[in-house]
Amino acid sequence: MTYPLIDVHELARCFDVRRRVEGRRRRSRESVVAVHDLTFSVEGGEMVGYIGPNGAGKSTTIKMLTGILVPTSGRVRVAGLDPSRDRVELARRIGVVFGQRSTLWWDLPLRDSYDLLQKMYRIEPARYRENLDRFVDLLDLGAQLDTPVRQLSLGQRMRGDITAALLHDPEVLYLDEPTIGLDVVSKGRLREFLRALNAERGTTLLLTTHDLQDIEALCDRVIVIDHGTSVYDGSLAGLHAQGGSTRTLVVDLVDEAPAIEVPGATVRRVEGPRQWLSFPADASAAPVVSAVAAAYDVADLSIQEPDIEDVIRELYSRGA
Amino acid sequence: MASPQPARHLRTYAQIAWLWIRAAWQYPTSFVLLAVGNGLITGLDFVGLWIMFSHLEDLAGFALHEVALLYGSASLALALADTAIGSVERIGTYIRTGRLDQMMTKPVPLLVQVCADQFTLRRLGRLTQAAAVFGWACTYVDWSPLRVLVAVSMLASGALVFFGLFVGFSCVQFWTTDATEFANAFTYGGATVTQYPLSIFPREVLVGLTFVVPVAFVNWYPCLFLLGRTDPFGMPEAFQFASPLAGVLTMTAALLVWRTGVRHYTSTGS
Repeated sequence: MTYPLIDVHELARCFDVRRRVEGRRRRSRESVVAVHDLTFSVEGGEMVGYIGPNGAGKSTTIKMLTGILVPTSGRVRVAGLDPSRDRVELARRIGVVFGQRSTLWWDLPLRDSYDLLQKMYRIEPARYRENLDRFVDLLDLGAQLDTPVRQLSLGQRMRGDITAALLHDPEVLYLDEPTIGLDVVSKGRLREFLRALNAERGTTLLLTTHDLQDIEALCDRVIVIDHGTSVYDGSLAGLHAQGGSTRTLVVDLVDEAPAIEVPGATVRRVEGPRQWLSFPADASAAPVVSAVAAAYDVADLSIQEPDIEDVIRELYSRGA
Repeated sequence: MASPQPARHLRTYAQIAWLWIRAAWQYPTSFVLLAVGNGLITGLDFVGLWIMFSHLEDLAGFALHEVALLYGSASLALALADTAIGSVERIGTYIRTGRLDQMMTKPVPLLVQVCADQFTLRRLGRLTQAAAVFGWACTYVDWSPLRVLVAVSMLASGALVFFGLFVGFSCVQFWTTDATEFANAFTYGGATVTQYPLSIFPREVLVGLTFVVPVAFVNWYPCLFLLGRTDPFGMPEAFQFASPLAGVLTMTAALLVWRTGVRHYTSTGS
């Protein structure tokens, strides 16, 4: 029998919150719904972006998928296991990276943390060496292996943490904001690695992020969660089309000019020689750029990607 | 499965603890100063007793070397337990910072990870100091094979009792994350009480320390046997040999509370 690697069915989770009510001595209890009516499934080898505004229920979902939280109702299965009941067993088959919280030993060389993980997960020595060599090579960590973690840069530490989560060959890797705070080069390198990992080993990726470029570079599929439930599940292009999101072309002209007129784009703002043109996010920028360049004297051009929060806000306000 | 579960958990515990020792050793001066300071401060406890005895003949009928036996054994048991599970009283912090969540994604029982976390030999100072006092007091004991057995089991059981108390009372933090003080009243409070002959307290206190917070089994009852004294409260003589039972019971109760606490956490996420 085959089943999806991650199977979530009508999942719900409420929290009891105590609130102080004015004029009364006792605090009243109130049930707050964090996640409700959430259904989705992920097949082995998929790379899925799990996005939504702060407080939408992303981390509550991840906690239920890893067994940290018991669902209030509904069903979760990961690799055929019930996460909250088989938490320790499931732990061997998943990898988790919480973006801003490191699992590495601050004062000791990276290698020491890895050696301990080998023992905790009981990874076969040969397999462990092979994995470590491979990841160190892919992530360019060779020189850092014997450096105390506290001396690593943020990017190096993030790569160190991802390696730590992968040494035991997990089937699923949960990444929470993996590129937060990293510079452009580090972000690019990390994305490249995750793509290679997925291609080489078929590791399933579930990624929560605020960085739309992470999603663009990695995920064929996006699940958008808002107010505790899924509001979109499909391709990124489809999300843009549905959310009516736009990209912005910022044009610096040599001289001031009236609003630019080119097919497929509209001017939003003019400020001296600088103009902002918006065009649909699922359209190519090339024709717009060449049309502008053909008709005007251009000093500089840049493209701004749509903000994921805006897209979701748009999507949600329409749905409501 | 190569080895039985408990043995494997113990090994994992040792492996994690070893890493923490090495991490602490990155700053050797601070490590040494902490250990020495710790020993000196706890040593003052005993100096206090000493000064008291320079004004008194005895304390509730107990001579200095007898009080030293009580003090040394309780202090040793506490130091052993405290070293083994030093971090468990911090689970409130772990919950707040999300470290507990992180530990829950590892394939090792939570209690093993929490106890081993930030393992420190800082209490080595207290351990040495307690061992010295205990060793000195032992020279006054009239030894027999049975007394040796009781003495050894007293230290092990005492550590178990404290271990259980630490774990059990720390679990309160699963319900209210800021209850360290409340827990300390029972754990460190219990430890302080055992440094004196319990005969200085009224009978009601002794009953509480026997059946509710069973620290009387840490040293009081077995020491009565080691010193060959009759129980001033007239409790059953069997109590003097019941320390291992008290240790195992406290431990079992603590593990049950721990499991309930973890279950409460996963179902509320507070």
